[in-house]
Amino acid sequence: MSEGFNIDIVNPEKSFLSKENVSEVVVPAYEGEMGILKDHIPIISFLKPGIIKVISGSEEHNFYVEDGIVEFKDNTLSILTSSIFDIKNMNKKQVSDEIQEAEKELNKDDLNDQKRFLLNHKVEILKSISIN
Amino acid sequence: MASLDDLKKRISSVKSTQKITKAMKMVAAAKLRRAQESAERGRPYSEKMNNIILNLSSGVSDKENAPKLLSGTGDDKVHLCVVLTADRGLCGGFNSNIIKKAKSYFQKISDSGKTLKIITVGSKGYDQLKRLYQDKIIENISFKESKNANYFDAYKVGKIIIEKFENNEFDVCTIFYNQFKNVITQIPQEQQIIPLKTDEKDNKSSEENYEFEPDEDEILGNLLPKNISTQIFKAMLENSASEQGSRMSAMDNATRNAGEMVDKLTIEYNRSRQAAITKELIEIISGAESL
Repeated sequence: MSEGFNIDIVNPEKSFLSKENVSEVVVPAYEGEMGILKDHIPIISFLKPGIIKVISGSEEHNFYVEDGIVEFKDNTLSILTSSIFDIKNMNKKQVSDEIQEAEKELNKDDLNDQKRFLLNHKVEILKSISIN
Repeated sequence: MASLDDLKKRISSVKSTQKITKAMKMVAAAKLRRAQESAERGRPYSEKMNNIILNLSSGVSDKENAPKLLSGTGDDKVHLCVVLTADRGLCGGFNSNIIKKAKSYFQKISDSGKTLKIITVGSKGYDQLKRLYQDKIIENISFKESKNANYFDAYKVGKIIIEKFENNEFDVCTIFYNQFKNVITQIPQEQQIIPLKTDEKDNKSSEENYEFEPDEDEILGNLLPKNISTQIFKAMLENSASEQGSRMSAMDNATRNAGEMVDKLTIEYNRSRQAAITKELIEIISGAESL
């Protein structure tokens, strides 16, 4: 038996990441961060903007996601998302562009509370990235 | 019989047409490879999405209160048909096959006395349908500017559909597209997306007990609109692969036909040239003899 589980991250255009033997994944689930280990019970949840942390052994990989769905079943974690970026490949300009976009959206009047919260959260996360 | 000059002109014009069709075939082949790759890469997403929805919907205990996108409005009076076609012609039967399929469906709908509404995606479909169904077409979307099928476009179409559904403008939604099987075969498909049709035989994983966070209804409510965009995106990917495949084989045929025509014309040209020479010779000889 292997120590870890499998992770598949797919977006509509392609399979983004497929990895075996991952020891832990932290996802920004809708109601707070959620760490997933091997033999987790089957779960479905969706994501809010945040960082996905994929830990395998001593390696750690970070991805920024905007939304998505996670499903865990039979020791396979599937993440479906329409927008995901590898933080290593993100540059300052891209991050600041995203922040600007979100802030512009925030200034619109017809937002409901849920949307406003998500956008605020997104800005917060993006800002924390640029510090790194 | 056509004169030598005329024949010469025809040969050169057929040859230049052949050059064009050959070039188009090459371009289509290159594009096909890319489109096919992206269609294949896009499959896992829509499959996974489908699986999750299946798992979720089989777990919905309270069918009455299930989201309308899943269970439908309980009526089937107004049908919305989304016809996905290409923006360009010269691709064999690609567009007309979809239209043919769609038209037979339209016929069925109007025969049973239901109301029909049409959204066309892609200008070729609109061109072919507007003569017969002008009053039924409520929207015509075209993505001429975007080179490849991308998710954002699909999302836009999905949003329009969902908006219309929420305004109770229709009860059942079906999309029409070509499924890419291989370069020569593309199968026109009709797929019902609202209410969602689940294949009974695929329903085997329903015993799984999932933990939901937040609750089932909220997840379903969030997931179903996404699924619509995903299904449309899948259709768009399949369509673009089919379009290129169909164009490639059409252009291949055209190139071959042009080659045959050039051969035939060349033979005719040589024959009449020879006939002319023979005629001249006979004239000279008979002229010399009479002296």
